[in-house]
Amino acid sequence: MPQEIVELHGHLIDSLILPRVLDLIMNFKASYQIQQMQVGIRQQDPSHARILIAHEDSKTLETLLHAVARHGAEPVERKEAHVRSAVRPGAFPPNFYVTTNLDTEIYLRGRWVRVKNPEMDSGIRVTHARRQAETVKMVNVRKGDRLVVGGDGVRVIPLEGRLRPDDFQFMTRGVSTEKPKGALIASLARWMKRERRARRPILWVCGPALVHTGAGPFLEKMVRAGYVQILFAGNGLAAHDIESALLGTSLGVSLREGTLTSGGHENHLRAINTIRLAGGIRNAVAKGILRSGVMFACVRHGVDFVLTGSIRDDGPLPEVITEMREAQAEMRRRCRSVGLAIMIATALHSAATGNMLPARTRVFCADIQPGALTKLMDRGTTQTAGIVIDVQPFLRELLAELRIA
Amino acid sequence: MSHPTILMCRPTFYGVNYEINPWMHIRRQPNRPLALRQWKSLRRALQEEVGATVHLCRARPHVPDMTFTANAGLVDGRLFIPSRFRYAQRAGEEPHFINWFRTHGFRIVPLPDPLRFEGAGDALFVGRTLIAGYYFRSDFQTHEAVGRALNVRVCSVALVNEYFYHLDTCFAPLGSDSAIYYPPAFDLYGRRLLKETVGDLLSVSDQEAYQFACNAVIIGKKAIIPKPCVRLSRDLRRRGYAILPLDLSEFMKAGGSAKCLTLRLE
Repeated sequence: MPQEIVELHGHLIDSLILPRVLDLIMNFKASYQIQQMQVGIRQQDPSHARILIAHEDSKTLETLLHAVARHGAEPVERKEAHVRSAVRPGAFPPNFYVTTNLDTEIYLRGRWVRVKNPEMDSGIRVTHARRQAETVKMVNVRKGDRLVVGGDGVRVIPLEGRLRPDDFQFMTRGVSTEKPKGALIASLARWMKRERRARRPILWVCGPALVHTGAGPFLEKMVRAGYVQILFAGNGLAAHDIESALLGTSLGVSLREGTLTSGGHENHLRAINTIRLAGGIRNAVAKGILRSGVMFACVRHGVDFVLTGSIRDDGPLPEVITEMREAQAEMRRRCRSVGLAIMIATALHSAATGNMLPARTRVFCADIQPGALTKLMDRGTTQTAGIVIDVQPFLRELLAELRIA
Repeated sequence: MSHPTILMCRPTFYGVNYEINPWMHIRRQPNRPLALRQWKSLRRALQEEVGATVHLCRARPHVPDMTFTANAGLVDGRLFIPSRFRYAQRAGEEPHFINWFRTHGFRIVPLPDPLRFEGAGDALFVGRTLIAGYYFRSDFQTHEAVGRALNVRVCSVALVNEYFYHLDTCFAPLGSDSAIYYPPAFDLYGRRLLKETVGDLLSVSDQEAYQFACNAVIIGKKAIIPKPCVRLSRDLRRRGYAILPLDLSEFMKAGGSAKCLTLRLE
């Protein structure tokens, strides 16, 4: 079983450090054994303890070790992280260390170094003469890159607990169709206002259902009100939004009447083609061809949007990135600065984005299928909240909470 | 009681240039002329009402938080333990403070690298016991070294609320065996330890805690308290303190108030 021996030195008895550390160990459900205990004689004299800590899951042990280190319990043997060179591009060495989305530190050349760009399911690349570290995806490994292998010298930093009553924590307790939706949406609105006041970008990940259900105008209002800085979507959302702007339908269904229009099934192709003729969405807006809708508002309000392709796309629209690695890189780059991500009505796109976000990014997910939410909330952090709801009433109510007319 | 002597530093270059605590927002800049007026009112209150001598350490560019002299280090008699800041943004202050204390005849007692310690912002004497906070800024491991250097008993308390990231934002000694504090800023063990160590503890309300009630400057029976903290003012008045309310709003924008702007030398 993975284990580590830690040393505690100081006014352990007086300062109740020892019970605090033991409490932490027990909270993590690890087992411990006090190997040595020397109590100081005079009041000024420090005490000394040596504790063996063990946990069957090495990642949990790593997190616990970091937690107790903050209270003074340092490993007796500070092992350096092991590093091996990649023998070929695009592949890790065997036994490569796999990251979580939590902040991670590795012990390099006598000090703990924070791994830059935390992202799950990545390796750790060591650079600058073993003084810096960053995450790296398998496909981006270059021949000769120095990569962390094994588990020695790595520790994971738990999310800091916030003691002040935190709306987000209240929202993240489990997925259920029976949660008070009004309260959840009100909390989200408060978070959005907070992020906007602090001028931190809000990321939206949206699926085409948003347009089909007639919620496009709501997202447009959100863009105009300054609550959307980054948008991840696919060809579907953009194409049907443009279809609705140019022809009043989505997938051929009139958004006003709700009925399938004659010849309507061709409309999205005509919309895509119009944009392709114009040379792209931005050109279409500049030329006055596209004059309304979500994509129009995004261009007008400087929303940074990334459209990624899928195997079933028609067209696609010129701005859609069809090379997957390039699409991932574009999304990944934007994920680093985000404080709040709102994911609506797209199970796959949400999962892809969720995998790129560091653990400390708060994620709010709204989907009509509980399954989509569970998948996302199983990211393994406390920072993901979910609501099972139809996208159209969700956005309508969110706008009302934000007092956007 | 010896004549109080205090070190301050003019907020000439003060501003919120980075965000290293939850109070700081680059988009919410302090009003510089107002900050200077508020700082001067603090200095005046110390000199004229409390009768303290105020020494100044020269402000330097590129270290806007140097005005918060409480973090220069820890002073005891003629010993000075310099701070070693957790955040690189404040590390530039260290040589200036060390220089000031050296040229003013203090003996410099450095702590071992790479341990972090943020001075009188995180360690406060109640009688001859040093209450030392840790977690957000100072490392727990420094407490033993500090205790040995000053030959005092150190009681370590973990800080658990990032808004109260320095001990002096949630704890202030009143006398040799009494103090004011904000219980939710500490964990179960910290609260128990404080109750066992300090004979008389007065807690402040949630509302006033977030207005830096515990960042009061208390010298003898005079208390300089952030203006909105009326309940604390009333409680201390009942205990015979003369209250000097001051508005230090511009310094709250960096996460500090009266106490943070001062360092007791004697």
